[in-house]
Amino acid sequence: MAIIETKVKDAATDELALVQAAKRGDVAAFEELVKRYDRNIFRIAQHITQNREDAEDVVQDAFLKAYENLEQFQGNSKFYTWLVRIAVNESLMKLRRRRSDRTVSLDEDIETEEDSMPREVADWSPNPEQLYKQGELKDILRKTVQGLPASFRTVFVLRDVEGLSTEETAEALDLSIPAVKSRLLRARLQLRERLNKYFRKPRGGDGKK
Amino acid sequence: MTCKDFLKELTDYLDETIDSSTREELEDHLAWCHNCYVICNTTKKTIEIYRDSQLYELPEDLRSKLEVAILSKCTSRKKPTTT
Repeated sequence: MAIIETKVKDAATDELALVQAAKRGDVAAFEELVKRYDRNIFRIAQHITQNREDAEDVVQDAFLKAYENLEQFQGNSKFYTWLVRIAVNESLMKLRRRRSDRTVSLDEDIETEEDSMPREVADWSPNPEQLYKQGELKDILRKTVQGLPASFRTVFVLRDVEGLSTEETAEALDLSIPAVKSRLLRARLQLRERLNKYFRKPRGGDGKK
Repeated sequence: MTCKDFLKELTDYLDETIDSSTREELEDHLAWCHNCYVICNTTKKTIEIYRDSQLYELPEDLRSKLEVAILSKCTSRKKPTTT
Protein backbone atom coordinates (compact mmCIF):
# COMPACT_ATOMS: atom_id res chain seq x y z
CA MET A 1 0.00 0.00 0.00
CA ALA A 2 2.77 2.39 1.01
CA ILE A 3 4.56 1.61 -2.24
CA ILE A 4 1.45 2.44 -4.26
CA GLU A 5 0.98 5.72 -2.39
CA THR A 6 4.60 6.66 -3.00
CA LYS A 7 4.25 5.87 -6.69
CA VAL A 8 1.13 8.03 -6.99
CA LYS A 9 2.95 10.85 -5.21
CA ASP A 10 5.99 10.46 -7.47
CA ALA A 11 3.82 10.57 -10.58
CA ALA A 12 2.16 13.78 -9.38
CA THR A 13 5.52 15.40 -8.53
CA ASP A 14 6.93 14.28 -11.84
CA GLU A 15 3.95 15.74 -13.67
CA LEU A 16 4.22 19.04 -11.87
CA ALA A 17 7.92 19.16 -12.78
CA LEU A 18 7.02 18.63 -16.45
CA VAL A 19 4.43 21.40 -16.28
CA GLN A 20 6.94 23.76 -14.64
CA ALA A 21 9.52 22.98 -17.32
CA ALA A 22 6.94 23.50 -20.09
CA LYS A 23 6.02 26.84 -18.51
CA ARG A 24 9.64 27.86 -18.93
CA GLY A 25 9.34 27.06 -22.64
CA ASP A 26 10.72 23.50 -22.58
CA VAL A 27 8.86 21.93 -25.52
CA ALA A 28 10.30 18.47 -24.81
CA ALA A 29 8.64 18.50 -21.39
CA PHE A 30 5.36 19.47 -22.99
CA GLU A 31 5.82 16.69 -25.53
CA GLU A 32 5.91 14.20 -22.66
CA LEU A 33 2.57 15.56 -21.41
CA VAL A 34 1.09 15.31 -24.92
CA LYS A 35 2.19 11.68 -25.22
CA ARG A 36 0.77 10.91 -21.81
CA TYR A 37 -2.72 12.17 -22.51
CA ASP A 38 -3.41 12.47 -26.25
CA ARG A 39 -5.21 9.12 -26.44
CA ASN A 40 -7.51 10.06 -23.56
CA ILE A 41 -8.28 13.46 -25.04
CA PHE A 42 -9.05 11.88 -28.41
CA ARG A 43 -11.51 9.42 -26.81
CA ILE A 44 -13.28 12.15 -24.86
CA ALA A 45 -13.49 14.42 -27.91
CA GLN A 46 -14.78 11.65 -30.14
CA HIS A 47 -17.43 10.68 -27.59
CA ILE A 48 -18.68 14.25 -27.29
CA THR A 49 -18.42 15.40 -30.90
CA GLN A 50 -19.25 12.01 -32.47
CA ASN A 51 -17.12 13.05 -35.40
CA ARG A 52 -13.61 11.83 -36.17
CA GLU A 53 -12.33 15.01 -37.85
CA ASP A 54 -13.68 17.18 -35.07
CA ALA A 55 -12.00 14.92 -32.51
CA GLU A 56 -8.65 15.30 -34.31
CA ASP A 57 -9.06 19.08 -34.31
CA VAL A 58 -9.96 19.05 -30.63
CA VAL A 59 -6.79 17.12 -29.74
CA GLN A 60 -4.65 19.72 -31.53
CA ASP A 61 -6.56 22.76 -30.32
CA ALA A 62 -6.81 21.59 -26.70
CA PHE A 63 -3.07 20.92 -26.35
CA LEU A 64 -2.16 24.14 -28.10
CA LYS A 65 -4.51 26.12 -25.89
CA ALA A 66 -3.11 24.39 -22.82
CA TYR A 67 0.43 25.27 -23.93
CA GLU A 68 -0.42 28.89 -24.53
CA ASN A 69 -2.24 29.22 -21.23
CA LEU A 70 0.09 27.20 -19.00
CA GLU A 71 0.70 30.30 -16.89
CA GLN A 72 -2.92 30.14 -15.80
CA PHE A 73 -2.56 26.59 -14.53
CA GLN A 74 -2.13 27.07 -10.82
CA GLY A 75 -1.46 23.49 -9.79
CA ASN A 76 -4.49 23.36 -7.50
CA SER A 77 -5.88 20.56 -9.62
CA LYS A 78 -4.22 17.84 -11.64
CA PHE A 79 -2.88 18.96 -15.00
CA TYR A 80 -5.00 16.24 -16.63
CA THR A 81 -8.25 17.57 -15.11
CA TRP A 82 -7.38 21.06 -16.31
CA LEU A 83 -6.62 19.71 -19.80
CA VAL A 84 -9.90 17.74 -19.88
CA ARG A 85 -11.77 20.93 -19.06
CA ILE A 86 -10.22 22.67 -22.07
CA ALA A 87 -10.92 19.66 -24.32
CA VAL A 88 -14.58 19.39 -23.23
CA ASN A 89 -15.14 23.07 -24.00
CA GLU A 90 -13.49 22.72 -27.42
CA SER A 91 -15.60 19.62 -28.13
CA LEU A 92 -18.86 21.33 -27.18
CA MET A 93 -17.98 24.24 -29.45
CA LYS A 94 -17.48 21.83 -32.36
CA LEU A 95 -20.77 20.13 -31.57
CA ARG A 96 -22.62 23.46 -31.50
CA ARG A 97 -21.15 24.39 -34.84
CA ARG A 98 -22.33 21.15 -36.43
CA ARG A 99 -25.78 21.47 -34.98
CA SER A 100 -26.30 25.16 -35.47
CA ASP A 101 -30.03 24.71 -35.04
CA ARG A 102 -29.69 23.30 -31.56
CA THR A 103 -28.27 24.67 -28.37
CA VAL A 104 -25.78 22.32 -26.84
CA SER A 105 -24.90 22.97 -23.26
CA LEU A 106 -23.78 21.06 -20.24
CA ASP A 107 -26.70 22.68 -18.46
CA GLU A 108 -29.21 21.05 -20.72
CA ASP A 109 -31.40 18.98 -18.49
CA ILE A 110 -34.16 18.22 -20.86
CA GLU A 111 -35.36 14.99 -19.41
CA THR A 112 -36.99 14.62 -16.07
CA GLU A 113 -35.99 12.01 -13.55
CA GLU A 114 -39.06 10.02 -14.45
CA ASP A 115 -37.66 9.62 -17.97
CA SER A 116 -34.76 7.67 -16.58
CA MET A 117 -36.88 5.33 -14.51
CA PRO A 118 -36.50 1.78 -15.81
CA ARG A 119 -39.44 0.82 -17.97
CA GLU A 120 -38.41 -2.66 -18.82
CA VAL A 121 -36.82 -5.05 -16.38
CA ALA A 122 -35.36 -7.91 -18.34
CA ASP A 123 -32.46 -10.03 -17.25
CA TRP A 124 -29.54 -10.21 -19.66
CA SER A 125 -27.74 -13.20 -21.07
CA PRO A 126 -24.82 -14.23 -18.85
CA ASN A 127 -22.13 -12.83 -21.19
CA PRO A 128 -24.00 -10.36 -23.36
CA GLU A 129 -20.85 -9.02 -25.02
CA GLN A 130 -20.26 -12.48 -26.50
CA LEU A 131 -23.60 -12.45 -28.34
CA TYR A 132 -22.08 -10.26 -31.06
CA LYS A 133 -18.92 -10.08 -33.11
CA GLN A 134 -16.56 -7.42 -31.81
CA GLY A 135 -17.25 -4.98 -34.64
CA GLU A 136 -21.00 -5.40 -34.24
CA LEU A 137 -20.79 -4.93 -30.50
CA LYS A 138 -18.82 -1.69 -30.92
CA ASP A 139 -21.42 -0.39 -33.38
CA ILE A 140 -24.20 -1.13 -30.90
CA LEU A 141 -22.35 0.58 -28.06
CA ARG A 142 -21.48 3.64 -30.16
CA LYS A 143 -25.00 4.02 -31.45
CA THR A 144 -26.43 3.66 -27.96
CA VAL A 145 -24.17 6.18 -26.24
CA GLN A 146 -24.63 8.65 -29.11
CA GLY A 147 -28.35 8.69 -28.36
CA LEU A 148 -27.81 10.27 -24.94
CA PRO A 149 -28.10 14.05 -24.51
CA ALA A 150 -24.63 15.67 -24.69
CA SER A 151 -24.71 16.61 -21.01
CA PHE A 152 -25.28 13.00 -19.92
CA ARG A 153 -22.86 11.58 -22.46
CA THR A 154 -20.09 13.88 -21.29
CA VAL A 155 -20.48 12.96 -17.62
CA PHE A 156 -20.66 9.25 -18.50
CA VAL A 157 -17.51 9.29 -20.61
CA LEU A 158 -15.46 11.14 -18.00
CA ARG A 159 -16.60 9.01 -15.06
CA ASP A 160 -17.16 5.57 -16.47
CA VAL A 161 -14.98 5.39 -19.57
CA GLU A 162 -12.03 7.55 -18.51
CA GLY A 163 -12.29 6.82 -14.81
CA LEU A 164 -12.17 10.37 -13.44
CA SER A 165 -13.50 10.69 -9.89
CA THR A 166 -16.80 12.44 -9.23
CA GLU A 167 -14.87 15.42 -7.84
CA GLU A 168 -12.56 15.62 -10.88
CA THR A 169 -15.54 15.34 -13.24
CA ALA A 170 -17.33 18.14 -11.38
CA GLU A 171 -14.23 20.30 -11.63
CA ALA A 172 -13.63 19.55 -15.32
CA LEU A 173 -17.24 20.32 -16.23
CA ASP A 174 -17.81 23.15 -13.77
CA LEU A 175 -20.77 21.31 -12.29
CA SER A 176 -21.70 20.62 -8.68
CA ILE A 177 -21.10 17.13 -7.28
CA PRO A 178 -24.87 16.43 -6.93
CA ALA A 179 -25.34 17.48 -10.59
CA VAL A 180 -22.60 15.06 -11.69
CA LYS A 181 -24.14 12.24 -9.66
CA SER A 182 -27.64 12.87 -10.94
CA ARG A 183 -26.53 12.97 -14.58
CA LEU A 184 -24.36 9.92 -14.16
CA LEU A 185 -27.24 7.91 -12.70
CA ARG A 186 -29.55 8.93 -15.49
CA ALA A 187 -26.94 8.25 -18.16
CA ARG A 188 -26.27 4.79 -16.76
CA LEU A 189 -29.96 3.92 -16.46
CA GLN A 190 -30.76 5.16 -19.95
CA LEU A 191 -27.89 3.20 -21.49
CA ARG A 192 -28.99 0.09 -19.63
CA GLU A 193 -32.54 0.52 -20.86
CA ARG A 194 -31.43 1.01 -24.46
CA LEU A 195 -29.12 -2.00 -24.36
CA ASN A 196 -31.93 -4.26 -23.16
CA LYS A 197 -33.09 -5.08 -26.64
CA TYR A 198 -29.65 -6.34 -27.63
CA PHE A 199 -28.62 -8.14 -24.49
CA ARG A 200 -31.70 -9.57 -22.83
CA LYS A 201 -32.16 -13.26 -22.42
CA PRO A 202 -34.19 -14.76 -25.23
CA ARG A 203 -37.76 -15.46 -24.20
CA GLY A 204 -38.47 -19.11 -23.54
CA GLY A 205 -34.76 -19.73 -24.12
CA ASP A 206 -33.31 -22.69 -22.35
CA GLY A 207 -36.04 -22.80 -19.74
CA LYS A 208 -33.56 -22.07 -16.94
CA LYS A 209 -34.23 -19.16 -14.65
CA MET B 1 -36.89 1.11 1.36
CA THR B 2 -38.83 1.49 -1.90
CA CYS B 3 -37.51 0.74 -5.39
CA LYS B 4 -37.37 4.48 -6.05
CA ASP B 5 -35.20 4.97 -2.95
CA PHE B 6 -32.98 2.17 -4.13
CA LEU B 7 -32.48 3.73 -7.56
CA LYS B 8 -31.54 7.05 -6.02
CA GLU B 9 -28.64 5.38 -4.25
CA LEU B 10 -27.66 3.10 -7.12
CA THR B 11 -24.78 5.21 -8.41
CA ASP B 12 -23.15 5.52 -4.99
CA TYR B 13 -23.75 1.83 -4.36
CA LEU B 14 -22.07 0.79 -7.62
CA ASP B 15 -19.20 3.22 -7.04
CA GLU B 16 -18.82 1.92 -3.47
CA THR B 17 -19.01 5.41 -2.05
CA ILE B 18 -21.71 4.72 0.47
CA ASP B 19 -21.75 4.34 4.25
CA SER B 20 -22.09 0.86 5.66
CA SER B 21 -25.58 1.27 7.15
CA THR B 22 -27.07 2.50 3.84
CA ARG B 23 -25.23 -0.29 2.09
CA GLU B 24 -26.87 -2.85 4.38
CA GLU B 25 -30.31 -1.37 3.71
CA LEU B 26 -29.70 -1.54 -0.02
CA GLU B 27 -28.52 -5.11 0.18
CA ASP B 28 -31.59 -6.07 2.25
CA HIS B 29 -33.72 -4.59 -0.51
CA LEU B 30 -31.76 -6.46 -3.19
CA ALA B 31 -32.26 -9.73 -1.34
CA TRP B 32 -36.00 -9.72 -1.94
CA CYS B 33 -36.63 -7.34 -4.87
CA HIS B 34 -35.87 -9.19 -8.08
CA ASN B 35 -36.46 -6.12 -10.30
CA CYS B 36 -33.92 -3.99 -8.47
CA TYR B 37 -31.52 -6.93 -8.40
CA VAL B 38 -31.75 -7.19 -12.21
CA ILE B 39 -31.45 -3.42 -12.70
CA CYS B 40 -28.43 -3.28 -10.43
CA ASN B 41 -26.65 -6.15 -12.21
CA THR B 42 -27.42 -4.97 -15.73
CA THR B 43 -26.38 -1.39 -14.91
CA LYS B 44 -23.11 -2.70 -13.51
CA LYS B 45 -22.63 -4.75 -16.67
CA THR B 46 -23.39 -1.67 -18.82
CA ILE B 47 -20.57 0.22 -17.13
CA GLU B 48 -18.15 -2.71 -17.46
CA ILE B 49 -18.89 -3.22 -21.15
CA TYR B 50 -18.31 0.43 -21.96
CA ARG B 51 -15.19 0.60 -19.84
CA ASP B 52 -13.66 -2.43 -21.55
CA SER B 53 -14.79 -1.88 -25.12
CA GLN B 54 -12.22 0.72 -26.30
CA LEU B 55 -14.68 2.33 -28.69
CA TYR B 56 -12.51 5.15 -29.92
CA GLU B 57 -8.85 4.29 -29.97
CA LEU B 58 -6.42 6.68 -31.59
CA PRO B 59 -4.54 4.80 -34.34
CA GLU B 60 -0.74 5.06 -33.92
CA ASP B 61 -0.13 6.65 -37.34
CA LEU B 62 -2.69 9.36 -36.69
CA ARG B 63 -1.33 9.81 -33.19
CA SER B 64 2.19 10.49 -34.51
CA LYS B 65 0.79 12.92 -37.07
CA LEU B 66 -1.12 14.85 -34.41
CA GLU B 67 1.87 14.94 -32.06
CA VAL B 68 4.12 16.34 -34.81
CA ALA B 69 1.50 18.99 -35.66
CA ILE B 70 0.98 20.00 -32.02
CA LEU B 71 4.68 20.25 -31.24
CA SER B 72 5.59 22.18 -34.36
CA LYS B 73 2.92 24.73 -33.49
CA CYS B 74 4.18 24.90 -29.90
CA THR B 75 7.75 25.41 -31.11
CA SER B 76 6.71 28.21 -33.43
CA ARG B 77 4.98 29.89 -30.52
CA LYS B 78 7.77 29.18 -28.08
CA LYS B 79 7.64 31.62 -25.25
CA PRO B 80 10.71 33.42 -23.94
CA THR B 81 12.15 31.75 -20.86
CA THR B 82 10.79 33.28 -17.70
CA THR B 83 12.69 33.28 -14.47
